[in-house]
Amino acid sequence: MLSQIFAITRLNLLSVPQRWGPSLVIIIGLAGVVAVFTALLAMAQGFQATLKDSGRTDNAIILRGGSGAELNSGFGGDTANLIRLGPGIRKGSNGKPLASGELIVITELMKKGEKVNGANVTLRGVEAPSFELRPQLRIVEGRKFTPGLREIIVGGGVTRLFDGVAVGQTIRMRGSDWKVVGRFEAGDANDSELWADAGSAQSAFNRGNGFSAMRVGLESPAALETLKTTLTADPRLTVEVLQEQAYYSAQTGQFRGMISVLAGVVTFIMGLGAIFAALNTMYAAVASRTREIATLRAIGFGALPVLVSVMIEALVLSFIGGVIGAFLAWALFDNLSVSTLGQSFTQVVFAFRVSFQLVLNGLVIALVIGFIGGLLPAIRAARLQVTTALRGQ
Amino acid sequence: MTRTGFILANLFHKKTRTWLTLLSIGMAFVLFGLLQSLNLVFSAGADFVGATRLVTQSRVSFTQSLPMRMVPEMDAVPGVQRVMYQQWFGAVFREDPQIFAFAVEPQRLHDVYPEWVMPEAQWKAFIDNRTGMIAGRGLADKYGWKVGDKIPMKSNIFPQKNGSKDWTFDLVGIYDGKDEEWQRNTAGGMYVNHAYFAEAALFGGGNAGIFVLKLEKPEMAESVASTVDKRYENSADETKTQTEKDFQVGFVKQLGDIGLIVRWILFAVFFTLLLVVGNTMAQSVRERVPQFAVLKTLGFTDNNILGFVLAETMALCVIGGVVGLAIATSLGAVVAKFAGPMLPLAVDWRVWVAGVIAIVVLSLTVGLLPALRARRLKIVDALAGR
Repeated sequence: MLSQIFAITRLNLLSVPQRWGPSLVIIIGLAGVVAVFTALLAMAQGFQATLKDSGRTDNAIILRGGSGAELNSGFGGDTANLIRLGPGIRKGSNGKPLASGELIVITELMKKGEKVNGANVTLRGVEAPSFELRPQLRIVEGRKFTPGLREIIVGGGVTRLFDGVAVGQTIRMRGSDWKVVGRFEAGDANDSELWADAGSAQSAFNRGNGFSAMRVGLESPAALETLKTTLTADPRLTVEVLQEQAYYSAQTGQFRGMISVLAGVVTFIMGLGAIFAALNTMYAAVASRTREIATLRAIGFGALPVLVSVMIEALVLSFIGGVIGAFLAWALFDNLSVSTLGQSFTQVVFAFRVSFQLVLNGLVIALVIGFIGGLLPAIRAARLQVTTALRGQ
Repeated sequence: MTRTGFILANLFHKKTRTWLTLLSIGMAFVLFGLLQSLNLVFSAGADFVGATRLVTQSRVSFTQSLPMRMVPEMDAVPGVQRVMYQQWFGAVFREDPQIFAFAVEPQRLHDVYPEWVMPEAQWKAFIDNRTGMIAGRGLADKYGWKVGDKIPMKSNIFPQKNGSKDWTFDLVGIYDGKDEEWQRNTAGGMYVNHAYFAEAALFGGGNAGIFVLKLEKPEMAESVASTVDKRYENSADETKTQTEKDFQVGFVKQLGDIGLIVRWILFAVFFTLLLVVGNTMAQSVRERVPQFAVLKTLGFTDNNILGFVLAETMALCVIGGVVGLAIATSLGAVVAKFAGPMLPLAVDWRVWVAGVIAIVVLSLTVGLLPALRARRLKIVDALAGR
């Protein structure tokens, strides 16, 4: 039995080059499905990973109650000072509580190649501990800004996608020039931001001594609860305390949901189309070999080996298609840097991530489609009436 | 037998294959319709906005507020008929943040946006009622609001002077759009009275996010824009003035590179489709070589044969394409209903035009090669099976 299956399958596969045209339909059809599926999910995954990496479990973000996002939040310096005294905040290298007031301002930059419409980019005014709170952030070109001066350092993601922000250039905001003095890389959502001294930003943007949010380092991830309980119970404060990682991860939900739905719908519809195409091809393949199959049956080959061989041909072709599709998605999209609108209504720069798991899922989809597309034609082949088939044509 | 009858008979000489091909073309056009409408959302989407309005925002970005003292200054710029200002309110209703709520001066909104249609009595109520609000028809229907209701609303930005972020407004009017496009934009929109907002909010009352300048004549757009921007140059509140259309386009472009990805998918879908249909046609012609030879023997010209094959492909593509686009149209309506105002998806006439072009291009590309092959057939060779 096995040897029969092997013999027919070999015969089938070896004859594929003689019918390249129809076989190519399956291969390219599935390459299309898998490429689109993989690329879309790689985008969702890249976005999610970028934001998730931005947050740590032992950092907390403190916003004004009911704000939801840093951009909407804001409080005065007195509130900020009360927060700095909160319990559970670890000491920084200078012996003071590791807490940093940060000011969010949105500025417009032109994407490379764009002349008319600016895109929103976060400008973050930071105090010195902000750097200690994000150890992953390194200056890779130039230097840090000098406190008190109108100087800016720029995230790598911004430099890659936007014009006018290279080290040495100046950005004009509210009637004064800000000099870009350095570039930093953090490998996460921080790369989508411009950073300046908090004091300079407060004076330039008329914010007095106010901040948008506070970032604090915790003694341990568990200290979050202590801090949260104390601060929310304090009658002088109306704040919400969030774990940094949870804050960033929560922002991915909507985008990820949208892309996943898009990927699902597109893959489903394209997959249906591919199934019809595969059916077509395999029916044609069976039809063109009617006499051959009948002959095999006549000289003693069983119905099952014929069925299996047709199925295997369909599966092999779909697998090849799937591999090509996954490869295309990887070659065209892996690490491709793009940006979209994040929660704070600013651009988040992220890169596609084509992971092994995604490729695997794509291949499974290809095989499922190949299976369905091969089944009916295989049954027809197995049920062929030997005598009529031999007489026919 | 008529020619049409002959073509249809030919088309269905292999029923299974034709059906399967039709189905895959249909599926591809369902996708084409949906993705093309998505593409339109991301690329243009602002064609319906009139050319008689300019939008002035802070040069830093439109989230940076501008002081209200600019209102009379802009009113005085030659060529400006009326100025409207609006402040983003950050409204959240029952955890739904997809509400575009702005604090405006009612009279100025009425003057600058004649596209919003509402009974004069309701306009008057909005003008006279400090705690009044008006909602777009779509939004009001979504939550079953009726004129006279008290609407509890949270702001995720502005607390009242007592520190609470809970606001209550009286719904005094529900507005419609003047046409289909504007009506679609009522799905998430609402306005509250700026005077009340300015008085009750803990901060932000003296500012407005953007100013909308209604012009006397559209030709004055450029001169007014540069006058305004010059006036505030080198001040702390530098401005950027552009046409309302450019402003809208910029807003949508913020969504970033998603449009690009959609275009890639469209391309992949189309290429796949090309191959499937092309192959079917090639195969169909190959199988019928003897038939064509007979037809030619009977006296049909080479061009007749070419026409037959092309007409067959055309029929396949048109039937599959139109059915697919029709399905996409109804699916799009369903998606738009669920997605809410952030994704105003609509498979409208623009998508259909693109779809029809795609159908024609597709049938010509895939039909031409087999058709030429059929045309070139030599009767003797074909009949002999060579």
